[in-house]
Amino acid sequence: MTFEQNKLPCSYFTEKKSLLLENGTSIDELTVAYESYGKLNKNKTNAIIVCHALSGDQFVASKNPITEKDGWWDRMVGSGKPIDTDKYFIICANVLGGCIGSTGPTSINPNTNEAYGLSFPVITISDMVNAQLRLINNLGIEKLLSVIGGSMGGMQVLEWAASYPEKLFSAIPIATSSRHTAQNIAFHELGRQAIMADPEWNGGNYIKLGTSPTKGLSIARMTAHVTYLSETSLTKKFGRRLQDKEEVSFGFDADFQIESYLRHQGLTFVDRFDANSYLYITRAMDYFDLEKTHEKTLTEIFEKTKTRFLIASFTGDWLYPPSENLMIVRALSAGGVDVSFVNIESDKGHDAFLLDEPEFDGAMRGFLDSVSKEMNI
Amino acid sequence: MNNKRIDLELITSLIDKKMRVLDVGCGNGELLQSLKTKNDVIGQGLELKQERVNQCVAKGLSAIQGDADKDLSLYPDQSFDCVILSQTIQATSDPKLILKELIRIGKKAIVSIPNFGFWKVRLSLGINGRMPRTKKLIYNWYDTPNIHLCTILDFINLCNELNIQIEKTITLSSDNNKSYNGLPNKLSNLFSEEAIFLIKS
Repeated sequence: MTFEQNKLPCSYFTEKKSLLLENGTSIDELTVAYESYGKLNKNKTNAIIVCHALSGDQFVASKNPITEKDGWWDRMVGSGKPIDTDKYFIICANVLGGCIGSTGPTSINPNTNEAYGLSFPVITISDMVNAQLRLINNLGIEKLLSVIGGSMGGMQVLEWAASYPEKLFSAIPIATSSRHTAQNIAFHELGRQAIMADPEWNGGNYIKLGTSPTKGLSIARMTAHVTYLSETSLTKKFGRRLQDKEEVSFGFDADFQIESYLRHQGLTFVDRFDANSYLYITRAMDYFDLEKTHEKTLTEIFEKTKTRFLIASFTGDWLYPPSENLMIVRALSAGGVDVSFVNIESDKGHDAFLLDEPEFDGAMRGFLDSVSKEMNI
Repeated sequence: MNNKRIDLELITSLIDKKMRVLDVGCGNGELLQSLKTKNDVIGQGLELKQERVNQCVAKGLSAIQGDADKDLSLYPDQSFDCVILSQTIQATSDPKLILKELIRIGKKAIVSIPNFGFWKVRLSLGINGRMPRTKKLIYNWYDTPNIHLCTILDFINLCNELNIQIEKTITLSSDNNKSYNGLPNKLSNLFSEEAIFLIKS
């Protein structure tokens, strides 16, 4: 990481009240770094939380001060866009355990005055949601118009709807799953092992020792990045094309464009992400299993909830495929819940939810319009 | 006014305000939209074709992709005030099961059918010796999804067999768009192109 995370240009909410975690321990002081867009109306009924994915951050629709690139969902959130900042008040918070300003393993433990490192408690998706709940309570928001998120963001949405149905009018989980499958866990384990095998990781103590496990973290990112794409999108974008050469080198340089691309993805990631944070957040996702945590079936969890759902999946997504999303849809239908489901034709893999998919935009806009009409916004 | 609109309007007239309605085979949501606007219903659609589901959602309607033949079992007993199956039962693989499911899920159900006893249909087969193609039956024999066509009297028979009560019947003729209520007889079976039934268990 090459930035000071408590000095980023965004809002910070800090509370010196302990946050009880799912693993039984607690955090004594909570900081949530967040961005907000649009205006909260007088009755505070137009607030939407957008939950970010594993490598995301709070800069959903504004220039990212670390990468200087557009916000990660700039095409979806903004003035006149499907999640319209002219109509809604949109909050996006860096997750608990993250490294972009919210309390996480790089934060200073107030009890020791040193960075937490691996002494940071293992957090879960539900802990992330509880941190967000503290934030909206602080903002005086009683009920959210919607909670929206893809991938890990979608898991937070499901957790919000399962734990606090009275707090949300609608929920939009996208390209997600109600529990991590063996394949999902397997890919995360590859990433974690790459980080922990880097000698500069130093048992997680690298901040104190002044080292930086960039090699491990970049390999973790390279592995994960492949899971966000699809064979079709890789073939279209790179095929077997060579990088700046006519013939293969008979060596181990980045001969192929795909190799060069992945290396670049890995290298740029380490500038904006922390290795321990990557371990913690992937773990939170692996532990995610809504039925197990709530000790009920999916149908029982959501039975007769008043929350309206829009679920979206993408045909080319093999990480959180349509079948996983459809399982949630079926459980909701069986529970008599008002649910919509769109499965968008796309060959762009898991990342499709972040990319240009006009049919998905139409569904998002139509759904939000209809819930906001019901709420008289 | 075309026949299609009459069909939708008559179904709409059978639905009370603010009812919870499931439209099975909802297409692009034309009926749901009309029910929502006119009767303020809480509507939910089930549709086989995903692109039509996406169109529904873009209009602000609640809809999911699903197959009437397989997915009705998902829904809990009496979870809707009314379940609608418009011009679809003839394309399902097990109409008997579907009928039972409709009145299990809904306190009431509305089923509309194209009438195979309609005189033009009879004429086509009886006199011309060709598989019928009419305004309501637009397919060729080799590409039709309509695998279980029936007449109005056939449908009534099946309801009787299943102890399903027919609360109301509306029959529609093709030419003058007249509709009339009352128990259909042999004559209405001959002159109606379409029928709408309000049924319950």
